[in-house]
Amino acid sequence: MSVETILFFVLAAAALGGAANLIVQTHPIHSALSLIVVMVALAGIYLLLGAELLAAVQIIVYAGAIMVLFVFIIMLLNAGKEERTSISRAATWLGLPFAVVLTAVLGWRIAMAQPGPMAPGGEIPGTTRVLSQLLFTSYVFPFEMTSILILVAILGAVVLAKRDF
Amino acid sequence: MPLASYAVVLSAILFGLGALGFVFKRNIITIFMSIELMLNAVNLSFVAFSRLRLLLEGQVFVFFVIVVAAAEAAVGMAIILQVARNRHSLNIERIDLLKQ
Repeated sequence: MSVETILFFVLAAAALGGAANLIVQTHPIHSALSLIVVMVALAGIYLLLGAELLAAVQIIVYAGAIMVLFVFIIMLLNAGKEERTSISRAATWLGLPFAVVLTAVLGWRIAMAQPGPMAPGGEIPGTTRVLSQLLFTSYVFPFEMTSILILVAILGAVVLAKRDF
Repeated sequence: MPLASYAVVLSAILFGLGALGFVFKRNIITIFMSIELMLNAVNLSFVAFSRLRLLLEGQVFVFFVIVVAAAEAAVGMAIILQVARNRHSLNIERIDLLKQ
């Protein structure tokens, strides 16, 4: 049991606890804080898997900007606890067992699968430099497309949130 | 078993939990957060497979997923704002104008 494995299981327990708390809590602000816990735990797992730049981007962008946006909106709209309404009978008796069975089968199949052929090369090279080289040479077209996508999203959000339509 | 295989199993469980939250919750913001949880689970599986296959393209794709999730969160929040202003409720059972 190396340190990496122990650390992975601690972070995985934190991620699973945060995800379970997200769907159990009634007030959306508690769910938002649980989601932040999940994202930070996932960033730690990315570090364990050798993706340093992605761990930093996850903390800065996902947990630091997107979740802050969520918390702003929850506080702006003064969202309260969910009310108690009844879920349909079919959803609980059919849906819940099916979801559990689906996740179990998925997890079991993945755990029993043999890993595919590894690309030659051995160890992963230093990621940040190679990653940015990939991003700006082979994948520069999707990169520019995503910047246009963000521009469109900004325009759309500004137009959609206007008070007088 | 290499560490990344455990990470793929964790990604499957997180995705299942996100799908559960998406189906069963009634507050529209919590549903949106379940979608973000599913996106994070998929990111984790991308990184795990990138580690298993020693191909860096998996991590490149995670960049794009994060960018698209940010754009979607911005537009989704604007829509939720308008919906909350018009229907004065965040409960999806009150937002059913298209229902018969």
